[in-house]
Amino acid sequence: MQSTKSTTQLTVNGKKNSIDHHPEEPLLYVLRNQLGINGPKYGCGLGQCGACMVLVDGQPALSCIVPAGSASGKEITTLAGLQNKDGSLHPVQQAFLEEQAAQCGYCTNGMIISSVALLNQNPQPSDAEIRQGLQTNLCRCGTQSRVIRAVKKVGKEI
Amino acid sequence: MPSINRRHFIQTAAGLSIGFTLFGCFPQQEKTVAGTAPTPSTLPPRNIPDGSQIDAWLQILEDGSIRVLTGKMELGQGLTVAMQQVAGEELNTPPEKIQIVLADTGLTQNEGYTAGSRAMERSAMQVRRAAAAAKAMLVSLAAEQWELSTDQIQVQDGQVIRLDKNEKISFRELLADRQIEGTIPEDLVLKPKEDYEWVGQPIPHPDMEKIVRGEALYVQDLRFPEMIHARVLKPKVYGAKLTSWPEETQQMPGVVKVVQNGSFLGVLAEEEFQAIQALKTLGEGSEWETSRPLPKVESWADYMEEAGGPSGLNTNKATHAAVYAKPYTMHGSIGPSCAIARYEEGQLHIWSHTQGVYPLRSSISDLTGLAEENIRISGVRGSGCYGHNGADDVAADAALLAMAYPGQHIRLQWQRENEHQWEPYGSAMRMELSASLTGDGKISSWDYHLWSDGHSTRPRGNAGNLVSARYLEEAFEFNPGSRVGGGTRNSEPYYDIPGARIQDHYVKGPLRVSALRSLGAYANIFAIESFIEELSEKAGKDPLDFRIEHSSDERSVAVLQKLKELTQNEPSTEGEGIGFGFSRYKNTASYCAVAAKLRVDLSAKKITPIKMWAVIDAGETINTDGLKNQTEGGMIQAASWTLKEEVKFEAEQVISKDWAGYPILRHDAIPETEVHIINRPELPPLGGGEAAQGPAAAAVANAVYAACGKRVRELPVEAHVF
Ligand code: FES
Ligand code: FES
Repeated sequence: MQSTKSTTQLTVNGKKNSIDHHPEEPLLYVLRNQLGINGPKYGCGLGQCGACMVLVDGQPALSCIVPAGSASGKEITTLAGLQNKDGSLHPVQQAFLEEQAAQCGYCTNGMIISSVALLNQNPQPSDAEIRQGLQTNLCRCGTQSRVIRAVKKVGKEI
Repeated sequence: MPSINRRHFIQTAAGLSIGFTLFGCFPQQEKTVAGTAPTPSTLPPRNIPDGSQIDAWLQILEDGSIRVLTGKMELGQGLTVAMQQVAGEELNTPPEKIQIVLADTGLTQNEGYTAGSRAMERSAMQVRRAAAAAKAMLVSLAAEQWELSTDQIQVQDGQVIRLDKNEKISFRELLADRQIEGTIPEDLVLKPKEDYEWVGQPIPHPDMEKIVRGEALYVQDLRFPEMIHARVLKPKVYGAKLTSWPEETQQMPGVVKVVQNGSFLGVLAEEEFQAIQALKTLGEGSEWETSRPLPKVESWADYMEEAGGPSGLNTNKATHAAVYAKPYTMHGSIGPSCAIARYEEGQLHIWSHTQGVYPLRSSISDLTGLAEENIRISGVRGSGCYGHNGADDVAADAALLAMAYPGQHIRLQWQRENEHQWEPYGSAMRMELSASLTGDGKISSWDYHLWSDGHSTRPRGNAGNLVSARYLEEAFEFNPGSRVGGGTRNSEPYYDIPGARIQDHYVKGPLRVSALRSLGAYANIFAIESFIEELSEKAGKDPLDFRIEHSSDERSVAVLQKLKELTQNEPSTEGEGIGFGFSRYKNTASYCAVAAKLRVDLSAKKITPIKMWAVIDAGETINTDGLKNQTEGGMIQAASWTLKEEVKFEAEQVISKDWAGYPILRHDAIPETEVHIINRPELPPLGGGEAAQGPAAAAVANAVYAACGKRVRELPVEAHVF
């Protein structure tokens, strides 16, 4: 069998990359294995858990089901790309740190990405809006009540 | 490694013999792709000293920094920060400056499994003692150098200080290329607890910043040069035999090898997505023979009674009798299990998130025929596991693949459905209760029967406990045993009840089982604490007062009283209810009382948890925020188990293959949480990671009853209440 690959220009955290990949390859594997980015995680590969989330043009996207090719020409932001240029944390990252809103932390990437997307759209979300905004994200360690506290904290500060 | 002639001993005033070894025994770390390796896991191996030795647990490095080596694993339960706190405290050094090395057969003590909430009781206490001994040695050494008495000298933040002149010398200068070693003395003086600066405080976890920044931390993030990606095709169902697989898979792009051994089938490829594509081809084109269909089960209460025999209880004279049951439930880690293995020249190295590097090593030795000394297992963080999930199995799979393709690092991550279908579940259980009350509302008789499969099939040297070993050409036998084992945990009520009778019935159930957070305690406490609330109603008593009246242990009373105080003025409107649960975990460990408030909407078929409270007494609390985090998480996880969870299967396979087939709580149903700690610094630490599971289950079921008047005795609640 012949390996037929596509080439896509991906802008990730402000950096342009030219990537060769399988035409159906989800963005997740390209980010992790070709670009060495660790934030997005493989959780289910089915769009059910949110562990793989990234922002595509500011919108939350499930990188385990989004084909890498479809992100061509768009701005991809991963968890590592949220921090400020001087390395200081984004307010949502800071709030998660202050609330210690993780245990194993495997889901935290998706929790933070969802929260950032939500707060960008709605800087002072209600309790119900926060829950709705995080509905895709599963956590098995049971840290969700801390996650909600962290998001409320940012909402208040804005 | 240290040799006798490089040793230098000095004698202290107290007669304590202390020694030092010169440095020079730290060869290079193994190379990983830039910026992707969690560092300690790539340290070279050392000759591991006996556990009585200081340097078994603690080293002062060449640059003067402090390294603690624990034989336990970080599972997200906060082990790393607790170790930093106890070591930092004894050495008067801020915890964040202490480097922690997790379990590794090349570096650390054999501390068995990290399970049962025992890491604090044992490992942390050894680290505390080693740190105190190291401090005593540093002080003695400085005393000799300065010709001062030891009470003129203090250790502070990586430095030794002489109090008379306020002069300082760093550990590095003081040790001058020597490393601390020697036996931890029996009669060690520990830092007085009233002087504690960090232990008992909510110190942040050192990994949290890496987590929020998305930096490399997990075994899933380890990347080695030229690493090969692997996937395995699991049998369709337990006991299935592979009869054929599509050979064209070998010609697929990037595929370097398809490995078949009996019914074990794996594929190796240059890129991860190529391995996934090849797996798909293997899955679609392979053929299996299945011989043992899974049974049809309508009710676990009935199934277990039929399989294990009836209790024979005569309940005619009892005030109240009831039967409870739970189905099989999953660990359900968010990250499927993963391992990296490399085999070369007879040496096998595995990076794994196992809970027990040493037991895994002896089991892999049995599996591969390699001597234990030729196998190294390095513990690296993974996704939370909550017991025996697929971690050991995936490590075994990776080992088999690595040995079939020597010389390269093989990274294997299970697919979501592998984890869901093949992890060992928490056993289904049946609980039957019967009790009598006296006229003034005291329990005068108590009969308890439980039915369960076993609760641990962890590998402890037997390859047969690693699931793939049973599918090899030369298959390993698996002996499941014939004991309920941990299923009896917390089957005895922790109340003053005269002549309580307890009996267990072993059932060999249809699904693979092993240790799930709190083992049988979850179901036993669910049953006992539901029943207690039912009895309190018959006695016409407040449910918390009824418990207090049956408790002579002051620590039980204290958590129950505090819970009452926290919840007594909590309003509930129509459709809402509050329920309670209590236990002392294992009847010897942490005390935990939980309340749950929730809303039941029968017409919309919806249960919404609103808030959960816990009061916990875990003896000495090392990290107050860590204990809160564990307790909050335990309550939320147990609420999910109780309301929603059940492993479903058909004759041909487990059909709970993913999160659609095995729903767990999502954010719309997450309760607010509040945890109150009763800290007892003067008492030993008990560990609290599993204490909330049972009480939370009962609190939820009791709250459902309080909200809508329906008593649900068979779990999950949502499948039976509407
Ligand atoms: S890994 Fe993408 S949603 Fe689960
Ligand atoms: S913190 Fe472990 S899954 Fe969320």
